[in-house]
Amino acid sequence: MIKFQNISKIYPPNTIALDNISFEVKSKEFVSIVGKSGAGKTTLLKLLLVEEKPSGGRIFFNNQDIQKIEPGRLPELRRKIGAVFQDYKLLPSKTVYENIAYAMEVVGASDSEIIRDVAEVLEIIGLINKTKNFPAQLSGGEKQRVAIARALIHRPEVILADEPTGNLDPYHTLDIIRLLLKINELGTTVILATHNKDTINFLGKRVVTIQEGRIIRDDEKGRFIL
Amino acid sequence: MFTSLKRIIRSGWLSFSRDGGLMTANIFIMAMTISIVSSNFLLKDVSQFLISSIQEKVDISVYFKEEAPEEDILKVQEKIAEIPEIKGVEYISKEKALQSFTERHQDNPILMESLEEVGMNPFLASLNIRAFEANQYQAVTNFLENSNFGNLIEKVDYYQRKPVIEKIFSLTSNLNTFGIIFSIILAIVAILVAFNTIRLAIYNSKEEIKIQRLVGASNLFIRGPFLVQGAMAGVIAALISLLIFSLTSWVLSARVETLFPGLNLFQFFTSNLLTFFLLQLATGIGLGVISSLIAVRRYLKV
Repeated sequence: MIKFQNISKIYPPNTIALDNISFEVKSKEFVSIVGKSGAGKTTLLKLLLVEEKPSGGRIFFNNQDIQKIEPGRLPELRRKIGAVFQDYKLLPSKTVYENIAYAMEVVGASDSEIIRDVAEVLEIIGLINKTKNFPAQLSGGEKQRVAIARALIHRPEVILADEPTGNLDPYHTLDIIRLLLKINELGTTVILATHNKDTINFLGKRVVTIQEGRIIRDDEKGRFIL
Repeated sequence: MFTSLKRIIRSGWLSFSRDGGLMTANIFIMAMTISIVSSNFLLKDVSQFLISSIQEKVDISVYFKEEAPEEDILKVQEKIAEIPEIKGVEYISKEKALQSFTERHQDNPILMESLEEVGMNPFLASLNIRAFEANQYQAVTNFLENSNFGNLIEKVDYYQRKPVIEKIFSLTSNLNTFGIIFSIILAIVAILVAFNTIRLAIYNSKEEIKIQRLVGASNLFIRGPFLVQGAMAGVIAALISLLIFSLTSWVLSARVETLFPGLNLFQFFTSNLLTFFLLQLATGIGLGVISSLIAVRRYLKV
């Protein structure tokens, strides 16, 4: 479903973030990408969202070379991907409710669907009493949960989660990981970038380990080894 | 499509109402710009009025010989009236000239006495000619002197008045050009200031626009709310400047009329109200929408 082919990314003047990376993610797979900070996990996800362009190599999404998508058609690709960003990227001028609803408005969901689904997801992430708060009025963990809710509400084909539990306490961390597993079971591909050892060991799913921009391990039922 | 439109408008309204401070600043700047643009419009017409009322006073007179019969003079009047450059020709008979002279100088005993001493009507019948432009008087004068009724004419007072006439016309036309140039410059400056204010306001939303792109929003869906916001600010700014103009023209109207009789500012304003408001509305919405469009465009490249 997603194929990275000889991907390199060099940030000027000479920082090599990714060095000739190739791997494939099958549909409905749950893949964790692990590595130290600065190993290139986030860069990889940015390339898949076309937030940045690779210096070399090609990326395929459903057999389509994503670099060849015209700017005007990029939204179509992005709507198939639900992204949880490391820095949340919530819309500061919109409330919790509006932030989550935005992802559905964008795909053209009807008002009744939005009302139903947003209420449901707010219940799951436990923020039903903060719907009218703005991101600036939330704690780091709460923002992270809103970001997760926004990423999955429109039922994307793939969820890209970049350290989605980085600011959560162990209790909430487990909740979120269980939620991702549940979504995966229902048929959504999940790519999770993390450096949380416990999470990886709990999952028992495929693990791709990156170090200094290269893949050093790719295990089917991996553990956190660095 | 309808749902998107509804969402765009709602979203625009929400950011408009939440961004109170910034929007107030924008509206203020836009109201100033609109006021400047519309005062140009108003001033153009007022100065046109003043210029034409000065030019109105410029004329030349053709005096006919004592023996020239009235019907011939009337024929000449008809001929002159046919010339397209001529605004108007007025026939002043000997009697009428005497009458207006006595009316004007009845308080002056010396003049009246000397008039009586003459014992007859010393005035000549004349035609009072007004043209649209100063340089046409020369042509009219030439036409009269060279035509076959040239022998009826005693004199044309064009040559005495020539310097004054030319001065007035060149002064008023300079005034007009200067006014137009000045107001265009003023309008451009005002528009640039408003444009920059809006651009700075949208610069704040740079990050937000990027996020919206990454979440998969189409460009139209991102741009829409900004355009709605810009248009709303424009409408409010137009209403504010309309209010300012109605009040000032109403207050100043009486004073202006004592200064320039026949110029009723408030009446002029109310009779042009619709054009005026449409002009303000168009300036406001145009400014808001176009500046938003250009400003947002830069940040849509993610």
